[in-house]
Amino acid sequence: MSEKEIKKPLLQVRDLKQHFPIEAGFIMKKQVGAVRAVDGISFDVNEGETLGIVGESGCGKSTTIRSISQLYTPTSGSVVYNGLDLIKAKREELLDARKNMQMIFQDPYASLDPRMTVRTIIAEPLEIYKKRRMLEPQMSKKDIEDRVEELMERVGLNRAFKNRYPHEFSGGQRQRIGIARALALNPKIILADEPVSALDVSIQSQILNLLHDLQEELGLTYLFIAHDLAVIEYISTRVAVMYLGKIMELSRSSDLYKNPLHPYTKALLSAAPIPDPVIERKRQRIILTGDVPSPNVERVGCYFYDRCPYKMEKCKTNIPPMKKVDEHHEVACWLYE
Amino acid sequence: METNETRKTLLEVKDLRTYFKTDAGVVKAVDGISFKLSQGETLGIVGESGSGKSVTNLSIMRLIQSPPGKIVGGEILFEGDDILKVPESELRSIRGNKISMIFQDPMTSLNPFLKISTQMVETILLHQDMSKKEALKKSIDMLKLVGIPAAEERIHSYPHQFSGGMRQRVMIAMALSCEAKILIADEPTTALDVTIQAQILELIQELAQKLDTAVILITHDLGVVAGLCDTVCVMYAGKIVEKANTDELYARPSHPYTDGLIKSVPRLDKAQNGKLFSIEGQPPNVIDLPPCCPFHPRCSRKMEICTKQYPPVVDLGKGHEVACWLYAENKENSTDE
Ligand SMILES: Nc1ncnc2c1ncn2[C@@H]1O[C@H](COP(=O)(O)OP(=O)(O)OP(=O)(O)O)[C@@H](O)[C@H]1O
Ligand SMILES: Nc1ncnc2c1ncn2[C@@H]1O[C@H](COP(=O)(O)OP(=O)(O)OP(=O)(O)O)[C@@H](O)[C@H]1O
Ligand SMILES: [Mg+2]
Ligand SMILES: [Mg+2]
Repeated sequence: MSEKEIKKPLLQVRDLKQHFPIEAGFIMKKQVGAVRAVDGISFDVNEGETLGIVGESGCGKSTTIRSISQLYTPTSGSVVYNGLDLIKAKREELLDARKNMQMIFQDPYASLDPRMTVRTIIAEPLEIYKKRRMLEPQMSKKDIEDRVEELMERVGLNRAFKNRYPHEFSGGQRQRIGIARALALNPKIILADEPVSALDVSIQSQILNLLHDLQEELGLTYLFIAHDLAVIEYISTRVAVMYLGKIMELSRSSDLYKNPLHPYTKALLSAAPIPDPVIERKRQRIILTGDVPSPNVERVGCYFYDRCPYKMEKCKTNIPPMKKVDEHHEVACWLYE
Repeated sequence: METNETRKTLLEVKDLRTYFKTDAGVVKAVDGISFKLSQGETLGIVGESGSGKSVTNLSIMRLIQSPPGKIVGGEILFEGDDILKVPESELRSIRGNKISMIFQDPMTSLNPFLKISTQMVETILLHQDMSKKEALKKSIDMLKLVGIPAAEERIHSYPHQFSGGMRQRVMIAMALSCEAKILIADEPTTALDVTIQAQILELIQELAQKLDTAVILITHDLGVVAGLCDTVCVMYAGKIVEKANTDELYARPSHPYTDGLIKSVPRLDKAQNGKLFSIEGQPPNVIDLPPCCPFHPRCSRKMEICTKQYPPVVDLGKGHEVACWLYAENKENSTDE
């Protein structure tokens, strides 16, 4: 995607932590530990750009999105949208900010209410904000009908299908319904949690193209999460690589493939298959050993230590801070001290 | 890469047809597919969700549930003998001994109530003549081989105590412990992270080479195919639309579907600006398909005849076969199906 250098941050996340308590005991529940799902991350999402977050299952991608949108109350840190700290915001302020911040989910099967028609699904955010008298301008019944049809058309759904139910649609079409719903309130930023991961290749490219077009047309900002590096590289202006609740590296997406710095990023890149047998045969793989460790442990050293092929003594007991290696590239690794 | 001609054909599937009777009509899940597999060869089967990949392989294992399913035609020759003619009572000698399978979802094929050790020992004893103690030792060895740390202790765990990647490795260990001649792996890594996927694929490749096992790898990931397979079959709506050796297929994708599919994948190694290539529309419902090319509604190069008649299989040379009318016209050696 084009590397527009728009610098105004729309969303600022600082040292965000989201821990989930682990409790034990039947009657007297006692906290015995915590799942450190997100364990201190910071980044900006600039207006008009796509920030991609990539990482393996369980690294905290979905949790990040959920704590940003205040579906969870973050353990600590700050989430500033357009100058407003969402964690400290009053209910009214939060509702207003949320209008501009919509989500798209991974599973187009589970995320749509099966008992609602497409029309109801897409109109729901409008109806909710209408009831709260927070729509400007206020919309009549007819306005909402028109808006639903306009949205359906815009995402490539036939408006004649308005009164059908989600199960009558394919996976790709359901994802379009989810996108139309997310667009209903004219948001500024879309938080997309693996919106194409469940789709077949040919449908995936249709949805990626749709998201690309919508961004250009409506000037949207995306925070886009995926585990597929190629998808992330394609859609993002900048990419953050996440591991065990921490950001390991953050760079312009074009630099990440050309010049990965963190050993984890290198492994991730080298593990991602490329659809070309000639290249595949020549590639050197960095095969990581072991599985991703448990996020339930408080760490005193680098979070990647257990699996790192380049680990040093220092890494065991010191958490590397994010360090700028050049204007567009940051990495948290002691190799780049 | 070795030429397949010099190696012994292990498995030959001829005009296989597997249908399901449903309330909505007859689902022609697999509808006249043919391919050969030689000793030591790795064959990839790619295709979108619902194209018939799993049904093909369940048919080879004679695991199609009947009703509603039925193998209505064709032959499956294993070393010359038709598996479809083997009486039910002798099927056990084929499953496991000759052909073993890794299923799409490891949780459905591991019994959650039995320890890994019990399940592995049982599997080995079913197919091999040895004592329980020997079988346990072999199981532990297999777990070590697939990289489970502390295998002596962890073999006594229950499946849920293992991570997804570890369960998948247990499945591979079990499949390989039978020392079958053919290993069918149905999306063995779809549910796994890329770094774990790389480990598992490397493992399958290494072990297959060591044991000279032929592998049928089912996947929807064109990158995985490129790295691992000697030959590829592309399936669409229950048919093989193109078949070629891997290099040839990626260098000269001839069916418009294959071509579109390869172009639709975002690629890490190439900067892509603007839009991705995309095949419009969706795969067809395989219920009551008319006898025409099932891809024609989505095909950018469709002709009159494509809407009326199923295309013949055309040999483009070097075993590169394509079922498409584009090639039938100017080729005399087109064979009628
Ligand atoms: N509500 C919750 N309560 C307790 N633990 C949770 C909760 N939600 C997530 N977790 C844990 O937090 C960690 C991060 O989960 P999260 O869903 O954010 O990962 P993810 O990166 O989105 O993974 P995936 O790619 O599988 O979707 C995991 O270990 C998960 O089990
Ligand atoms: N038991 C069944 N009853 C009815 N239809 C079935 C049954 N099993 C499979 N089918 C149908 O057969 C077709 C092929 O299914 P199959 O599972 O082989 O697809 P696949 O290529 O493996 O897809 P995926 O990538 O989603 O695993 C599908 O249309 C499916 O709905
Ligand atoms: Mg998630
Ligand atoms: Mg399948």
